[in-house]
Amino acid sequence: MEEKKLTPKERLKIPSQVMPEQDPRERIHNVDEVPYGYDEELARTEAMRCLQCKKAPCVKGCPVEIDIPGFIQSILDGNYRASINTIKLTNILPAVCGRVCPQEEQCQMTCVVGKSLKDVAKAVQIGKLERFAADWEMAQGETEMPEVKSPTEKRVAIVGSGPAGLTVAADVRREGHEVTIFEALHKPGGVLIYGIPEFRLPKQIVMREVENLEKMGVELKTNMVIGKVYTIDELFEEGFDAVFVGTGAGLPLFMHIPGENLNGVYSANEYLTRANLMQAYSFPETDTPIARTKNVAVFGGGNVAMDSARTALRLGAENVYLVYRRSRAEMPARVEEVEHAVEEGVQLHLLQNPVRIIGDENGWVKAIECIKMELGEPDDSGRRRPVPIKNSEFMIDVDTCIVAIGNASNPLVPNTTPDIATNKWGNIVTDSETLKTSKKGVFAGGDIVLGAATVILAMGQGRKAAVAINEYLASGVW
Amino acid sequence: MSEILEKEFITDSVFRMRVEAPEIARKRKAGQFIILRTCDEGERIPLTIADASVKEGWIELVVQVVGKTTKSLSELDAGESICDLVGPLGRPTHIELYGSVVVVGGGIGIAPSHPIAQALRAAGNRVISILGGRTKDLVIMEEKMRATSDEILITTDDGSYGMKGLVTDALQALIDKGEKIDLVVAIGPPIMMKFVSLLTKKYDIPTLVSLNTIMVDGTGMCGACRVTVGDETKFVCVDGPEFDGHKVDFDEMMKRLRMYELHEKESMDRYASS
Repeated sequence: MEEKKLTPKERLKIPSQVMPEQDPRERIHNVDEVPYGYDEELARTEAMRCLQCKKAPCVKGCPVEIDIPGFIQSILDGNYRASINTIKLTNILPAVCGRVCPQEEQCQMTCVVGKSLKDVAKAVQIGKLERFAADWEMAQGETEMPEVKSPTEKRVAIVGSGPAGLTVAADVRREGHEVTIFEALHKPGGVLIYGIPEFRLPKQIVMREVENLEKMGVELKTNMVIGKVYTIDELFEEGFDAVFVGTGAGLPLFMHIPGENLNGVYSANEYLTRANLMQAYSFPETDTPIARTKNVAVFGGGNVAMDSARTALRLGAENVYLVYRRSRAEMPARVEEVEHAVEEGVQLHLLQNPVRIIGDENGWVKAIECIKMELGEPDDSGRRRPVPIKNSEFMIDVDTCIVAIGNASNPLVPNTTPDIATNKWGNIVTDSETLKTSKKGVFAGGDIVLGAATVILAMGQGRKAAVAINEYLASGVW
Repeated sequence: MSEILEKEFITDSVFRMRVEAPEIARKRKAGQFIILRTCDEGERIPLTIADASVKEGWIELVVQVVGKTTKSLSELDAGESICDLVGPLGRPTHIELYGSVVVVGGGIGIAPSHPIAQALRAAGNRVISILGGRTKDLVIMEEKMRATSDEILITTDDGSYGMKGLVTDALQALIDKGEKIDLVVAIGPPIMMKFVSLLTKKYDIPTLVSLNTIMVDGTGMCGACRVTVGDETKFVCVDGPEFDGHKVDFDEMMKRLRMYELHEKESMDRYASS
């Protein structure tokens, strides 16, 4: 094929292909996905940019070590089936990861193309190509299922159906073990369902990935809160041979400032859960309400803060202020998410921090008082520490506040299983390679171990845990 | 899906529902609750477990029709199913031998106080129950409460049954009589729990209240149910539902319960007209 003859120099001259997106003025009135995805031509042009490096530093940047040059070459060859199958060897959720992974900090950060052009934004768009391959397969209707080995008569319980739990389920099931996933909510998917909004990750994609697992023979039990209806010990009594705990970072942090319990103050978890899982977007066709407000302040600078701000716009807010105590450069959110938010009209209030929330006589939020900040010396995180500027307080009129400053670990499992060791933040302590906890037969991974992290890091831990679970079940040695 | 085994209206707006839930029945303890959803578009609402049978594998809920979800639940009959049911949630009541315990149940709050009275009595406590309602019909479960109490007092606001007055009047009368009270457990409308707590605080009687706040997931994930207890913010779903009544900020809680008043009315009106 002609493109194979291109020299690296020629490849570097091909501009990075832009993914078409919904117009910002349109999209704030709907919850449809924002980027449309590459078509074949865009995908193959982008694939041409890959230098097919022998050492492939991109693979080392990927927490699940996808054969990136391999799947990109298959796209270039027009062999999309081979491409998606290459990805699925190590990643069971490509349609999800292609959309929500922070590639610019992982595979694309180490990409030689980006390095040569001295701009990480110009790296090969690996995530967009991954999404292309996954969406192509979905469009074919049928998904190829991984092979499941003959039954071993061993049973594995997975607590939580988020990205970590789903990954473990697939990898353990492939070995022929019986797998049951226990999910506390009425729908599976964890943060993929309740947290990440429809316009960033259509729920149909998540449901499809879960259905694929069920087709592999994984059993799914929703409405089961482990720690309550069964303790971990009781799961062993019920005949499970190993347990994986992937219960996530489900405990929202608040700021402990006056007025935080006023009506109209939400944790981001609550706001997003009402909107996504409970479909408050469609109230009153659906029953779960969410505040119908005009002026919304979101506190925080991460992806969850961006998701909350953009959700508020879609729920009809006229002004959405994103209040963040550092500058835009320090925001933990993905660059793309911040850009999307700003395009849609989210107003960044940088170097500001809320100090109190003021209510009206009915207990509803009516304003916030903020203080201006400046950046001082770098702190433990390496980012410059924000310092309040004396006497710089000012007010903003708002009727809703969304606190998106992070999550601690959900305590339900550790509280009822005292022999699983936790650290001072409540995260479960595990061996970093095997994800074994202090309790025999119990493994843990994802945000319950990492603290609030990302989908792909949770999946990376899930893969390691699955290897260790399969070894443990084969050898019986803890 | 959980099948409804029995349903019966106790008053015009209060019904009792027995639902098949063997796993919840096996684990539930006094004071715990469930969350349910009646249909796919439905919201998640918490309801305290009023009774359960491990042998027969059911739990019982006593529900007052107050909004769309409880209205649609009331229209389901035996043989039909509830779309989602999850539990048991919350911490169980701490049961021990306190001595003499007064259990105060107001209106629909009598239902959740029943398993607590039962457990307290089984632990050897002397149980005095005070049941209150606006009018005679709203004093529910009298026979069941009588069976788990050493003494029972009934109050109605209008005097149509028992003593005319509020539950706090009956409690005051007990205190005035010199009754030794080691613990008060109060479950009912927030305003009732507030005034019971104010009264017992004067006499330094430890008081537990069970809060029924707005919830979404019920596992500590969202914080919709937060209340101020002393100087701290607590989540009713995982830290409660029972708290020291002397420390709960009831005024804040009552405001939070009204957060979706307009939505609730809109939803109900829409349902009624469909």
